[in-house]
Amino acid sequence: MAVNEGIASLSDHLFGSGMAVYAAAMLGYAAEFAFSRLGTRSGAVELSAEVPAARTADDRPAVLVGAGAPADAGSSIEIDPAAAALAAARAREIEAVRQRDTVAHTLVAGNDGDIEVPASARWIGRIAVLLTVVGWALHLGSVITRGIAADRVPWGNMYEFSSMICLIAVTTFLALLTRQKVRWLGVFVMVPVVLYLGFAGTVLYVAPGPLVPALNSYWLKIHVVAAITSSGVFLISAVTTVLFLVKERWENRLADVAAGRADASRAMQSRGGIVMRLPSSAALDTLSYRIIAFAFPIWTFAIIAGAIWAESAWGRYWGWDPKETWSFITWVCYAAYLHARATAGWRGRRAAAIALVAFTALFVDYYLVNLVITGLHSYAGV
Amino acid sequence: MTSSTRSHEPTGSATGLAPKPGFGNPDEFVPAGAMDPAGTADDEAVGFDPDSSGGRRLPEGHGDAGAGVAGVAVAPDAFAPLGPGEPDGSEGPDGPDAGRARAGGVRRSADRDAAGPGAPNATPAGRHPALALAVRSWRQLTSMRTALLLLFLLALAAVPGSLLPQRNINPMRVDQYLSSHPTFGPLLDKLSGFDVFAAPWFAAIYLLLFISLIGCLSSRIRWHIKALFTAPPKAPARPGRLPGGSAWASPLAPADATAGARAALRRRRFRASVAAAGTRRPDGSPDHSVSAEKGYLRETGNLVFHVALVGLLVAIGFGSWFGYSGTTLVVTGDSMANTIISYDQFSGGKLVDTAKLRPFSLTLNRFAAAYEPNGEPSDFRAAVSYSPDLDSPTRQATIRVNHPLVLGNAKIYLIGHGYAPHFVLRDAQRRTVWQGSVPCTPRDGMFTSTCTVKIPDTGLAPLGVRKEPQQLAFSGVFTPTTHLDPTQGYVSTFPAARAPGLTITGFVGNLHLNEGVPQNVYTVDTQDMRQLTLNGPAGTARQAQVLALNNSRQRTLTGLPGGLSLEADSVAEFATFQVKSDPFKEEALIFAVLIIAGLIVSLRVHRRRLWVRARPAPGGGSVVEIGGLSRSHGDGFAVELSQLTTLVREATGPAGGQEPAAQPELAVQPESAVGPGEPAAGGGAAAPSTTESRGTAAGGAASNASEREH
Ligand code: HEM
Repeated sequence: MAVNEGIASLSDHLFGSGMAVYAAAMLGYAAEFAFSRLGTRSGAVELSAEVPAARTADDRPAVLVGAGAPADAGSSIEIDPAAAALAAARAREIEAVRQRDTVAHTLVAGNDGDIEVPASARWIGRIAVLLTVVGWALHLGSVITRGIAADRVPWGNMYEFSSMICLIAVTTFLALLTRQKVRWLGVFVMVPVVLYLGFAGTVLYVAPGPLVPALNSYWLKIHVVAAITSSGVFLISAVTTVLFLVKERWENRLADVAAGRADASRAMQSRGGIVMRLPSSAALDTLSYRIIAFAFPIWTFAIIAGAIWAESAWGRYWGWDPKETWSFITWVCYAAYLHARATAGWRGRRAAAIALVAFTALFVDYYLVNLVITGLHSYAGV
Repeated sequence: MTSSTRSHEPTGSATGLAPKPGFGNPDEFVPAGAMDPAGTADDEAVGFDPDSSGGRRLPEGHGDAGAGVAGVAVAPDAFAPLGPGEPDGSEGPDGPDAGRARAGGVRRSADRDAAGPGAPNATPAGRHPALALAVRSWRQLTSMRTALLLLFLLALAAVPGSLLPQRNINPMRVDQYLSSHPTFGPLLDKLSGFDVFAAPWFAAIYLLLFISLIGCLSSRIRWHIKALFTAPPKAPARPGRLPGGSAWASPLAPADATAGARAALRRRRFRASVAAAGTRRPDGSPDHSVSAEKGYLRETGNLVFHVALVGLLVAIGFGSWFGYSGTTLVVTGDSMANTIISYDQFSGGKLVDTAKLRPFSLTLNRFAAAYEPNGEPSDFRAAVSYSPDLDSPTRQATIRVNHPLVLGNAKIYLIGHGYAPHFVLRDAQRRTVWQGSVPCTPRDGMFTSTCTVKIPDTGLAPLGVRKEPQQLAFSGVFTPTTHLDPTQGYVSTFPAARAPGLTITGFVGNLHLNEGVPQNVYTVDTQDMRQLTLNGPAGTARQAQVLALNNSRQRTLTGLPGGLSLEADSVAEFATFQVKSDPFKEEALIFAVLIIAGLIVSLRVHRRRLWVRARPAPGGGSVVEIGGLSRSHGDGFAVELSQLTTLVREATGPAGGQEPAAQPELAVQPESAVGPGEPAAGGGAAAPSTTESRGTAAGGAASNASEREH
């Protein structure tokens, strides 16, 4: 089937303009961030004055609990010294949390909920969302016209995979926006998406053409769609995971400052504005988990669909081909992440590290395996 | 109350101990342990250890829910499992455990796992030390922490398998690697670097993982079955203090209130049971409580997932023991039978009986390939007739790439094709001495192919005292669409046989066939042979000739010893088939489907527990408290809890607004379907508008929601 050149070049133009609009949206999100940071400065003073007062009353009982419980237990009957020690440690922790909490509010005017976002900044943010939707529509158009031009599904080579992964990532972000207030995520999603699309449009670009017969299969379509969908969603989870790590570090530093172990650096006070605008690390952690928990079954399905396809194409459903091996590694790493989140001592930072390892494996699976390591899959073409 | 106050409500409500502004007297909420020593014990019975979630590290937990990122407040450990053994948390060591579980604040199932299912932490005194060690190691092995490490190791172990060439995939590249890395290569080979997925260390990791999994599963299945057949865990002393909990005054007597609550919860398909009449609390007062639970499917799904994982491994293992695969080349018009000798290559699992392969047979009637104008292949079809068993009638089928022929457990795949010129050797009297089709090995995308013809029985008398046989061999290059390139000579410009040509050279002498040494059919050992000069289309006495197979006058070689002549009179296509049999493929597929189903259920369903407790109120009626926990569904649960609270309130009190006089200790909250201390100002939070409720879920932190929108 011949390629329709006119539609093919339309697809390329849509791709380019989609990318440009995304880039504009990215600037919009960034501007909203920057402006609301300025807004913080002015709002900080009054808030910090009010907040601690409101807090202390709340906090005291919590502290009392921690400290009081072991004492109580001790006064009653014999108490396991280990238990007492643990309870004491816990009391200290609660104390630390309280202090940190206080400092978080006094030092940098609390969390983003308290930040006065100037109306103008909010408008910029809204426009950025609008631009994202426009960019998304152009991007979608580029994918569809590409399929029409080549008269086949538009996911047959690495350029097309990459474009689709970005499309899914943006779709995920927009879907999240309809359910939660995640506009702060915008800039962090748009930066990798624009870079990724730039990479796809230059290094990976190939003109549309037909599929080689081995790729022309029903299961391939299902397999690739599932793999692309989960990868796009995993991309968002990697973004939120990185943000989690940043925010977590920030919170720990605040704790150090609170405990008098460190001084608030100047960088902390000036750059803190952006970090502060992020939700708490706990919220970021939850968000990352949800996204991964959404994508993981899809990835599992992608692997199984791939195995079914391999079975019908090559007669074996699993052969440890490099592509298969790395899909497996990715899968095992994400499973490890899910386990880590349920394992004491591994939640939080370590689990996040595992999620990033898993995402790296995913990246290797898509790019290094195709470009560097060759296997049966490599005829998917660059 | 100002919004900022609420948004900064600290960890308090999660601990269940913070003063709740909505309640009249904050002092009422002193630590459970201090006020009601029995309470602690009760809380443990709950199993969720509501108390310990206060250990959350992050003060922002509440404030941030306002930012719209949900689910932080109720349970930072929102996705922790319902710890095995927790439902009947009757074993003692929870206290210290709870303290230890710092980060998430809840004693983790991991700790429980490590402690061993349903068994107390400490090894019972009097057990033999060796046994104790064994028990401890077993618990260690079946802990989730070990599973985590083994998962990691497995991922790590798979990496070299993708970086080094592997024998099972590409043995030739392994040889290349070995010859280019003479020192390092053999070392890697010893460490199974080229057979990673068959390596003992790889097997050790996954076997350990699966032993661990099986060990962990067997106890988890027992707990789960037990949980399915027993009542949900007893209510804590003060369910109303759980995050999102609330309390109100009811005109009903405690027993009636709990009955009403139970009915309301049952209607929402909770498994709910009322504490048996006559049950006493530790302080001696009658226990009027309802405990309810929903979402058992989560654990069911999780168990299905893990069991199916084991099942998949077993199916894969059996498949490799009982499966086989073989490749065979069939020239158009020829047949093959499913016996081990018909295969050019055969590999069978350890438990395959090669004498008893399914006796099917197959004839290749026609092979057709279609190409794009640029020579790229677009379609291949092999039309075959086959009989699926010894005496079964012959049937017709077409085998294509991706469309194998299925015969029971065996599948026949089309994996390659090529050309087989047909040769006829004639003697001086033009009688046929030998004839045959000789498959040539394709070398490039245009099907330039290498051909080797070996003719042992030429009819020529042996020579000399040693009676050296005079056998013939030819080697040539077949070009389906022949084109004379000025620099490269004869090349093929298209893969279809539009102008088939054969460049050929000949040898005579001893081929050493039939000497018991296996030979590669695709190469000639010319050590004991002499090159011939050939007459043909290119002229006389040439070392090489070019035959045009479509032209009957340009396809015969003469000038061979003894007046023999060789004609390449036609070309047939051949197809390479791969026969694969994996008798456990269906089972593997079923387990794979179960894996996905179990996974989706376990990640989507949320398990939640709800408790209602009623106490007699001094002036008649009762004070009803409600509270609940969900470890995996923070925000969604808060919405649900508020709805359920409304239902239970309706079931335990007069409908509408006529509230009885507020109890001195418990301010009645008129609107309060929401969390503690969430006054009506919460903005109709009872309505399950997601954002609002999410905010309230976070312990009353919705206040800032309006400041940020998207
Ligand atoms: C190949 C091996 C394994 C894989 C891929 C795997 C995968 C998973 C997944 C995806 C979950 C769901 C996590 C969640 O609900 O958040 C899970 C949960 C769990 N797994 Fe595994 N698992 C494996 C092996 C094991 C082993 C060996 C054990 C036990 C020793 C184990 C114990 C558990 C437990 C206790 C949970 C419940 C955690 C929870 O609900 O959060 N798993 N596993």
